[in-house]
Amino acid sequence: MLTSDNAFGTALALILTMDSALISIVMLSLQVSLTAVMAASLIALPLGAALALWRFPGHNAVIVALNALMGLPPVVAGLCVYLLLSRAGPLGEWGLLFTPTAMVVAQVILVLPIIAALTRQQVEALYGEYAEQLNSLGLTRLRMIPTLLWDARFGLITVILAGFGRASAEVGAVMIVGGNIDGVTRVMTTSIVLETSKGNLPMALGLGIILLALVTLINAIAHMIGETAKRRLG
Amino acid sequence: MNAHHTPPVATLELDNVGFVHRGNTLLKPTTLRLSGCQRTLIMGPNGAGKSLLMRLAHGLLTPTSGTVRWQGDQPAQAMVFQRPVLLRRSALDNLTYVLAISKVAPPELKALPRKAQAMSALEKFGLAHLAKRPARVLSGGEQQRLALARAWLLNPQVLFLDEPTSALDPAAIKAVEDAVLEFHHRGTRIIMTTHDLHQARRLADDVLFLHNNELLEHTPARHFFTAPTSREAGAFIRGELVW
Amino acid sequence: MNKTTALLTAGALGLTCSGTLMAADDYITLASTTSTENSGLFDAIIPTFTEKTGIEVHVVAVGTGQAFEIARRGDADSLLVHDTAGEEQFVADGYATERLDVMYNDFVIVGPSSDPAGISDSETVIDAMQHIAESESPFASRGDDSGTNRAELRLWEDAGVTPQGEWYRELGSGMGPTLNTAAGMDAYAMTDRATWVAFDNPQDLTLLFEGDEALFNQYGSLLLSAERHPHLKHDLAAQWHEWLVSEQGQQAIADFEVDGQQLFFPNAE
Repeated sequence: MLTSDNAFGTALALILTMDSALISIVMLSLQVSLTAVMAASLIALPLGAALALWRFPGHNAVIVALNALMGLPPVVAGLCVYLLLSRAGPLGEWGLLFTPTAMVVAQVILVLPIIAALTRQQVEALYGEYAEQLNSLGLTRLRMIPTLLWDARFGLITVILAGFGRASAEVGAVMIVGGNIDGVTRVMTTSIVLETSKGNLPMALGLGIILLALVTLINAIAHMIGETAKRRLG
Repeated sequence: MNAHHTPPVATLELDNVGFVHRGNTLLKPTTLRLSGCQRTLIMGPNGAGKSLLMRLAHGLLTPTSGTVRWQGDQPAQAMVFQRPVLLRRSALDNLTYVLAISKVAPPELKALPRKAQAMSALEKFGLAHLAKRPARVLSGGEQQRLALARAWLLNPQVLFLDEPTSALDPAAIKAVEDAVLEFHHRGTRIIMTTHDLHQARRLADDVLFLHNNELLEHTPARHFFTAPTSREAGAFIRGELVW
Repeated sequence: MNKTTALLTAGALGLTCSGTLMAADDYITLASTTSTENSGLFDAIIPTFTEKTGIEVHVVAVGTGQAFEIARRGDADSLLVHDTAGEEQFVADGYATERLDVMYNDFVIVGPSSDPAGISDSETVIDAMQHIAESESPFASRGDDSGTNRAELRLWEDAGVTPQGEWYRELGSGMGPTLNTAAGMDAYAMTDRATWVAFDNPQDLTLLFEGDEALFNQYGSLLLSAERHPHLKHDLAAQWHEWLVSEQGQQAIADFEVDGQQLFFPNAE
């Protein structure tokens, strides 16, 4: 019978003994998700800003598509990336399947729409306020992008955290493209699936608790950084 | 009378400039000519088209008919808005920002490093002690002066101001008006909207009066307040509601 | 946040992330099944192989159907599954050049201790399956096209039963979750012994039938075709394939025990 104190006890035991397998799984989870969020942000932040500043034929279609892709099922994204990276697929030459790199690629696809769509929203609001003054100062829209992104930074922290949340929580994509290989591509979420499939539910839940604690910790740190910066700089 | 440190200001010409938006005529075709280094005040009741006229002259909007022209070289311009738009950074950083993006600093400051240039502008407008303060926590008057300090660093030949003091208390109003005079003293042409008659009397060299989206007169100040040519302007000066 | 802090954070993140992109050099990718991985067999025997040859084995554990698909696409260097018919077809289709018997484990039938279908007295597994079908006792099937599932379906076929109706529950799940559901529903289920031994949460489920040869589950190792997929690490994979049937490999398999029970029985020629 699954009891919750089994799970908490398991979680605690794992953490206290600094189980080395757990540590490497945690490190890999962080590496994959953080890399994915950073890479996605590099593309999505300017993309979102550009969508806020420029109008072009098909503009609304792009926004609708981005918003829809926020709900892209991770397992579908994983499947698409698998077909791309498989030896039988177009990018098979690169030999990336079943590596952490493939996992990062899949998560970038999942996270990019979220960051882009929410960035667009934030920048659009700011642009409405700033447009005339920035125009008066002689700025081209291209030059406005870094200025607006920096000014929106507090809102964007939350946006990026939303992306990180999505990345660290998903299992469908990393399972398919990573293969859940022990010591190579096994992360927190795929470990939880593995333990569940073994019927080892307290362990699975214990890992889940650890994952949640980790993500909460990261959110807390980001929040503190944001609050300190806000206080110092309005 | 005015110290000319800069070459003579280009002349602004509006040739049948009109603006229609979604079927509404927001500005009827307007022709006017502004030359020399004057302080021109644009007056009229709310909704008459004052701000719109300024934005067309400054180039923020494109007229739907007619052309806006500068005779001679396009001059450096700056605009200060009714509610100042400042970036989420310190007062000082707001100034170093414009120095980074534009290449035109006031000649007397050009030799200095950017931070020193910015500090000099802050001092000029009495804001030096607020250099590190986040710009957004400054008072309304301080923010407006910061916006002016920012404009100062652009070394503009023409300064547009859109009701810059309508949200300020009397002490702040005086500080802003003094700042405007600083610009003018340096040789910058002033084009400013206001709904405050007293302010206009204090500052205007000449007056553009708008009513119902139409330019009704362009009159030297000394004549405008005593004997305006249009009936509406007369009513306006007397404080009667003018629609 | 000032520029220094931003740069330091970016640097720290960059260092963290760089770890992601490094990969080991001498390894093969082995496609196998979840039940095999879950038993713990690989954790036990692979280190011996790696010590001998210096080659690491990355195990991608999926359902049997998916394992075949991975190998067909050339995404794995080697294949170890338990579906002899499928394996022979694989060779016939030219995807593999050789198939070798490696080991077998067995399936057992578990069910509620009250045994409503009375299978604990059955002589053969076919008998037992017919009893379950006739009594319409709840039966939890994996229903996921896995090797276990295919074996189960073959048994129903041999018993002359088409399993359908309210009593036959197709779950589309792995072995562990299927047992969990069976425990919750007081249903019969067919499971490999390894998963059963490791299963933590049996509730009222008990082992009711075992030992019929028809329940033996043969594992085969496939040497994939270098012609079909020239990029594969054919030499390294061949070393693994040969080691499995070698004396050392077979011994390693036999030595693997859980709770004092041997789960896999080497039977290479």
